Amino acid sequence: MIKTDILIIGAGPTGLFAVFEAGLLKLKCHLIDALPQAGGQCSEIYPKKPIYDIPGFPEVLAGDLVDNLMEQIKPFQPGFTLGERAETIEKLEDDSFVVTTNKGTKHHAPIVAIAGGLGSFEPRRPLLENLSQFEDNGVAYIIKDPEVYRDKRVVIAGGGDSALDWSIFLSDVAAEVTLVHRRNEFRGALDSVEKVQHLKDAGKINLITPAEIISLEGKDRLEAVVVKKAGDTEEPVTLEVDNFIPLFGLSPKLGPIGDWGLEIEKNAIKVDNTLDYQTNISGIYAIGDVNTYPGKLKLILCGFHEATLMCQSAYQRIFPDKKYVMKYTTVGGVTGFDGSKKEAPKAVVKAID
Amino acid sequence: MSDIKIKITDREGVLHEVDAPTDMNMNLMEIVRSYELAPEGTIGICGGMAMCASCQCYVKSAHELPEKSDDEDAMLAEAFNVEDNSRLGCQLHITENMDGLEVELAPEEL
Repeated sequence: MIKTDILIIGAGPTGLFAVFEAGLLKLKCHLIDALPQAGGQCSEIYPKKPIYDIPGFPEVLAGDLVDNLMEQIKPFQPGFTLGERAETIEKLEDDSFVVTTNKGTKHHAPIVAIAGGLGSFEPRRPLLENLSQFEDNGVAYIIKDPEVYRDKRVVIAGGGDSALDWSIFLSDVAAEVTLVHRRNEFRGALDSVEKVQHLKDAGKINLITPAEIISLEGKDRLEAVVVKKAGDTEEPVTLEVDNFIPLFGLSPKLGPIGDWGLEIEKNAIKVDNTLDYQTNISGIYAIGDVNTYPGKLKLILCGFHEATLMCQSAYQRIFPDKKYVMKYTTVGGVTGFDGSKKEAPKAVVKAID
Repeated sequence: MSDIKIKITDREGVLHEVDAPTDMNMNLMEIVRSYELAPEGTIGICGGMAMCASCQCYVKSAHELPEKSDDEDAMLAEAFNVEDNSRLGCQLHITENMDGLEVELAPEEL
C-alpha cells in the first residue's frame, strides 16, 4: 500500500503544480496517471505547441512547461504510479481514502485531489460491428509484448507514428505485416515513413492504401479482416490474419471517476469554487480542467490557482488544530524533503563611511 | 458587429439556425459550443488544435470553404465516420462568405 498525504489523480500541469504547493506546507504527494509519462495532454497531445498565457512566460512549449514543473517539484520527491488508471475509491472509517488502480496498486491518503483533465487517455476504437467480440481474441489496441505476434499474420491500421513504428518493428517478428491506412500520406516522422517505404519495396510490409478495414470475421478468434480500397470500383478483399491492431491514437474519457459518487455536470466534476474546490464528497477535491463551477475556464493558469487553494484546505483538514499563515517563497525559501534548500540571498548591509 | 446565419443540425438531428459573429475570431466549433448544441466534453476536446476530430461536421451546402490544412487533412484521415464533405469545425474560421452555411455534426466517437 502506497501511503501519502495528498493523492493526486492526474499528472498534468495542475497535478504537478499541486505537488509544489503541498510541499511548501510539508505535505507529501503521490500521483497516479493512466499515461506512461507525466505531463498529461501537454506531453501526450501537443508537446511541441507553444503556450502564450502562462504568467511570466511570453512563450513556452507545452513539453518544456512540463519539464520545468518536474524540475520545480523535484525537491518534494513526489511518488508516481504511471501507466495505471485510478479505478475505485473507498472511504475508510477515519475518513481517509484507498484508491486502487486497474492493475491493483493500492494508495492510501487522507486527501484525494482529482486533477484528471479530460479524463484518462484510452485507445480510439474503430467503429466495427463485432469489434468487442474479438478484443483479446486477436484484436488489441496496445502492444504490450511484441512476442505475441511472432510468426503471426498481423494487420495494422492507422496513419500515425505508432502505426508506422509498430509495422516496422513487427516486420521482423511477425510472419506477415499488412499496414492499412485511409490515405496514401502518413503523418509520422519522415524517417519512419521512409523505412516503411523501404520495407514495402523489399516485400516485408504489405501496404494497402487508401483503404479501410470494414469488417472482421471469425468464430471464437479473429480469422480474417475485410479491406475495402477507396473508390467504389474495387470489391472488398478478405485477408486471412491472426491479429488486428488498430492504432488510431488516444482519446480522453472521464472513465471510472464518473462512478465515484461525485456530482457530475457537463462531463466535469462540480466543486465549491467559493472556497477550496472540494467536491460533494468531503476530502475529495477536483482541480484543473476536470472540474466545473460558474464561470469555469479550462486554462492551465486557472488550474494552478485551484491547486494552490486546494492545498491550503487540505492542510487544514489534515491538521485541524494547527494555525498556519501562508508564507511567501521569497521570504521562507523552499525547503525540499530531500534536504535541499533554496532561499533568497541575504542582502549585505555595509556601513557607508 | 456583423453576424451571419448558420444552420447546424445537432447529433440528435435537430436543426438550429444560429447567429455567428464574424468579428470575434471564432470558429465553427466554438459557435457550436457557445450555443451548447453538443454537451461540453463531447466537442472541442483538444481545444481547437485539429488533434481530436470531436468537432467533425458534414458540410451540406455548396459554400466554398478554405482548403484543408495538412493538420486537418491528417486528422480526418484518422477519424471515424468520415465522409467526403467532412470538415473539422475548429478549422473553419467564421467569415462573411459563410452566410447561410449548413452543417451537420458528426456522431460522437464512443
